[in-house]
Amino acid sequence: MTPNQLMFAIFSAVIIIFSILTVTSRRILRAATFLLFVLVATGGMYFLLRFNFLAAIQLTLYAGGIVVLIIFSILLTSHIGEKLEKPGLKKIIPAFVAAGVGAVVTISTILQHNFPVEVISGSERTDIRLIAKSLISVEKFGYALPFEVISILLLAAMVGAIILAKKRKD
Amino acid sequence: MFEGVPLTWFLITGTIMFFVGIYGFLVRKNLITILMSTELILNSVNINFVAFNKILYPDHLEGMFFSIFIIAVAAAEASVAIAIIINIYRRLVNINVEKMDEMKY
Repeated sequence: MTPNQLMFAIFSAVIIIFSILTVTSRRILRAATFLLFVLVATGGMYFLLRFNFLAAIQLTLYAGGIVVLIIFSILLTSHIGEKLEKPGLKKIIPAFVAAGVGAVVTISTILQHNFPVEVISGSERTDIRLIAKSLISVEKFGYALPFEVISILLLAAMVGAIILAKKRKD
Repeated sequence: MFEGVPLTWFLITGTIMFFVGIYGFLVRKNLITILMSTELILNSVNINFVAFNKILYPDHLEGMFFSIFIIAVAAAEASVAIAIIINIYRRLVNINVEKMDEMKY
């Protein structure tokens, strides 16, 4: 087993185990912590694939930003010691069947497909200058328009979130 | 194949994570846990994009940019969703989805 395979196995096991715990844990704050582990392991997977910039974004924005936001909202809206009620079997069985059938169909399709097996040596890192140039370029493989759209979207979301969460004056 | 790790392994990890997210989305009743399941789903798609990019098109960066934009959309979505959840909590003192039938005719 090469070191890469070992690291992949660790990250993959952490992702699968903790994502299952995230959706089954009955203490909501613990579920949020398990979600944090999943996101950090995903960041590790990006490091494994040598997408260092993306991994940094994952760690700062997802693990640092969104999880903290979720934990704050948990602290504002629920009691810490309280356990969530157990979902009934009438809900679990259809959900499990839907997810299980979907997973089996997708995985069997993936296993049947022949992906090219040429070996990629991923030793070279992504050039950060290339990322920055592509983000503001308007030529082919440039992302100036999506970049502007996403900045407008973030601004709108920020304004919307402030207005929604603001206390009403009446 | 990426230094001994086949593309299929990445895709299977992403698939399992995606459907665990779907399961959580269907089973959970608390709004915040539903939001966490959504984050799982978005994250699993990111893994797929990045693995496809690195292993099938190593000299391009499209998958990485898609992932960056997905992360930005997820951040916007989480902030607005949490604002809505806090607003609902303020009105109903409850964030259980089965009690959110205020607007039902």
